[in-house]
Amino acid sequence: EANDYKKKKKRRRRLERGDGHPEIYPLVLTTKTQEIFNCRVEEDVTEEQPYKLIRKEDIFADFATRAAVSDFYPVKSIVQEYPGDELLLVYDRDFKYGLNFYLIGTEEGKENYLNPPELPEEQEEYKDHIPEETYIYKPPISKPWISLGSEKEIEEESVKDSTKQITYMISRKRSEFGAPIKFSDQNASSVKDAYIECTAYPDKNFTLKQLERDVGMQVVPQIKETSTQTRWTRPKNATTQYYPREFLEEEKEALGQSKTLTEFLNSVSTSVEIALQQNEIMNTFIHDWKCLAEEEGTFGDKTDTHLKEYQSFTDLHSLTEKMVTCVSWHPVIYGLIAVSVAVRLSFEERVHFSGKLLLQPSLILFWSFSDPIHPQLMLESPDDIFCFQFCPTDPNIIAGGCINGQVVMWDITAHADRIENIKAGGSRSKKVTLKPMFLLEPENNKEAMYIRHCAVSSIESGHRKVITDIHWLPDTFEINRLGNVFENRSGISCQLVTCSADCTICFWDIRPLKASTPQPQAEKKKEESIEIPFDIPSTFLHLDLSWKPLSKIRLSKGETTLDHCPTKLSLSEDNLLFKAQEKILAQSKAVKAGEMNPYQNLENALSNILKPIDDFCTKFFVGTEEGEVIYTDWKMERDPETGRFMAKKPVSLYTVHDGAVHTVQRSPFYKDIILTVGGWNVAIWKEGIMTGPLLQSCCAPKRYTSGHWSLTRPGVFYIGREDGYIDIWDLLEKTHEPAQSQNICITMITYIKPWTFSAVFSPHILKLLAKQQFIAIADYYGTLHILEIPWTLSHPSTNEVSSISHYFEREVKHLDYVEQRRKIREQEKREMELELEKKKVKTFQKSKEQLEAELKMDYESYLELEKNILSNLGLNKEKEAMSYMELI
Amino acid sequence: MINPVEWPLVGSLKAVATLFTRMCAGRETGFNLGAPSCIPIKSTMDNPTTTQYANLMHNFILKARSTVREIDPQNDLTFLRIRSKKNEIMVAPDKDYFLIVIQNPTE
Repeated sequence: EANDYKKKKKRRRRLERGDGHPEIYPLVLTTKTQEIFNCRVEEDVTEEQPYKLIRKEDIFADFATRAAVSDFYPVKSIVQEYPGDELLLVYDRDFKYGLNFYLIGTEEGKENYLNPPELPEEQEEYKDHIPEETYIYKPPISKPWISLGSEKEIEEESVKDSTKQITYMISRKRSEFGAPIKFSDQNASSVKDAYIECTAYPDKNFTLKQLERDVGMQVVPQIKETSTQTRWTRPKNATTQYYPREFLEEEKEALGQSKTLTEFLNSVSTSVEIALQQNEIMNTFIHDWKCLAEEEGTFGDKTDTHLKEYQSFTDLHSLTEKMVTCVSWHPVIYGLIAVSVAVRLSFEERVHFSGKLLLQPSLILFWSFSDPIHPQLMLESPDDIFCFQFCPTDPNIIAGGCINGQVVMWDITAHADRIENIKAGGSRSKKVTLKPMFLLEPENNKEAMYIRHCAVSSIESGHRKVITDIHWLPDTFEINRLGNVFENRSGISCQLVTCSADCTICFWDIRPLKASTPQPQAEKKKEESIEIPFDIPSTFLHLDLSWKPLSKIRLSKGETTLDHCPTKLSLSEDNLLFKAQEKILAQSKAVKAGEMNPYQNLENALSNILKPIDDFCTKFFVGTEEGEVIYTDWKMERDPETGRFMAKKPVSLYTVHDGAVHTVQRSPFYKDIILTVGGWNVAIWKEGIMTGPLLQSCCAPKRYTSGHWSLTRPGVFYIGREDGYIDIWDLLEKTHEPAQSQNICITMITYIKPWTFSAVFSPHILKLLAKQQFIAIADYYGTLHILEIPWTLSHPSTNEVSSISHYFEREVKHLDYVEQRRKIREQEKREMELELEKKKVKTFQKSKEQLEAELKMDYESYLELEKNILSNLGLNKEKEAMSYMELI
Repeated sequence: MINPVEWPLVGSLKAVATLFTRMCAGRETGFNLGAPSCIPIKSTMDNPTTTQYANLMHNFILKARSTVREIDPQNDLTFLRIRSKKNEIMVAPDKDYFLIVIQNPTE
């Protein structure tokens, strides 16, 4: 068995030789190699001696000469590792190992091959011959087991019963063994607790939420390809100029006379006339449904009809209590409003405190939306201003009327940049901090500048009492001393009109008078003139203190010495808002373009030869302190008696108001509709209708103290009352009372001024304007309230202008009707009176006759009575006498 | 309601002008009388506008007429009215001439 074991080992080894090749390396030797190594087949190596010993050096020489081509190249590493000097190369005749030669790679193999022959080895396997060494069998001796720690593992891995197993024995009755079994169906749920189930439930611990998902997408542009064939010619520039074919005059005449044309016209004219008349009658393409609806695109709540408080301004730094006398929005700059304030004292108190009042400056304050505490500009004036107005052609010129009768002019061109660059817009300044007076430091930009007035009118020749109203004349016409109207060539507003409590109306011209004063006098005046501070512009230097009115009109009441005391004026063409704004635009553009500001160069304006304008309406409305509305003319006429020029008598005069008329205003939509407010009622007039006001409201419970037309809705106007309420009238809604009443402040409202819509504003401001419209309301305590007008009050409904004009026309007709009725009534009254008189006469006559008849009847009845009594008394004598009398 | 116009056989351009003025009683804007070659003969508007209207309307008239006749060969175009936002253009076509009237419609 040991031999077998060894043999098997060897056999195994031999088998490994070829397949696993540990020793045998089959080789292919070409004839060339065979010649080199002298192992030519059948010559050097034969069947009997198939092997050849080759020296290692020879193989290496072959490597050197033939390198990779050498047949021994595959076994190069074996050869290099071979310990010995000679390798055994065996000719494999039978191709036992696949190739014609094989190399034995080890010394041991070589020895095995050379020395013990192969055949005897095989024979040994079949013989059970003597083993080379004796193998003594030793039975294994049991040794004690040495633990290496594995029993622990075994114990861990082994399975043992932890508890004793419970055994049940279930048995049936013996008789039933082997009995046939009947199976039946039963629903498990029919018996209670027949089953226990483990319902599946979604366990949140085990739900996986996919937080990421890998998705691939690709954006592919849509491409469409088409092709077309064009003829490519050389590109060249080409132009064509053509004119239409026209007939020559003769041809036209010829055609005109042709018979065909006349026939054509005959046939066609009828249908054309029909079509034209159809269009005249009715617009067939009107979309009634669309026209029924109101405008869309409201901003804000449509049902909100109240004025909303937006901002309020008070001058907190003034020492005395002031009231606001006049308010004006800056015509160009958004969010800037000018306010004139006056001290709240009566005349006596003014005189009493005159010393103290002299020390305080009278101001016009410029407020901006962006700063409610500090006014932007302060215009100084010699005394309290009661009315002022921006010049319509240059918003940097301001004219104001003073309490002492002077007209004051300011020129703020130098500061125009400052106020223009105030941050406009709805964002109010968030840093509204009210610093006490003593902490006020002059900040560079925030400091309000005191701007002194430029010119004041002459004290002697101007007004004597407070100027109640001031207006700039529009730049379309000019007036001369006699009131004649001329064309205005200078393109600027250069004339003013003022009215004052001294019963006069004055026209002023801001241009210098022609040099009529001789030179030495001028020099003298220069010496006497006061040193004017250098920062005052010299625009109106020629006017300062020597300004005389162009003409003065006294509103006299005829023979009596009492005169009318005008409070407000309204000239025609006063409210052409759009035209004026365009002029301002052109003006400012011209100034920016570097041309000279015409106001700086007023002398040029005089040199124009002016053309008189014919049939210009020189009449205007005046409201007086007594509550009268006068329609008069400013043109002077020659008085036939004295030969002087005198003011004409008023055309019409009406006393409709119970108090002073403080508002006379033309409607911004209709040139001839005027609103007058005074006392306790309101009246609307139409220019040209002399019979009376179109509308006269009944007396209100509270006195009306200010009023203004709405600038966007033709039928709406605002009236301020003395108790701080504002009445909003809407003529389309109600004409007998205000449509709305809203409380603004606690004291009397002194001035109302809605914001003028201007085309001069930049587009983004215009957009703001479309959404927000403001109205400024000033009160007696000096506060200026800015309120926002709601949508319903600011946006006119469709056709509102025409509706209101129809309303006014109806009112005019109504007035006519009333007049006619009045006449008829008078007629009737007269007739009635006549009849009454006639009746009286007739009844007198009638009654006389009746009286006689009655008396006679009475007498007869008395006689009868007498007879009866006497007969009853038995005085037959009477009877006999009577019968005797009867006989006779 | 409408009195037919009787024209003297010997007409002239002046007569045409009087017709125009008579029709201009309302809010009409302009009249344009054109020949078949779409050259205007007489007009109340200025020359460039007249030629523009005449040229533009000529093609329109031809198209309208061909449309009407294509639908029904017995039919023919008698009157054409184009209503736009601002005004109405009326065309009375004929064999040889056509008359264009521009009118502002009532509001």
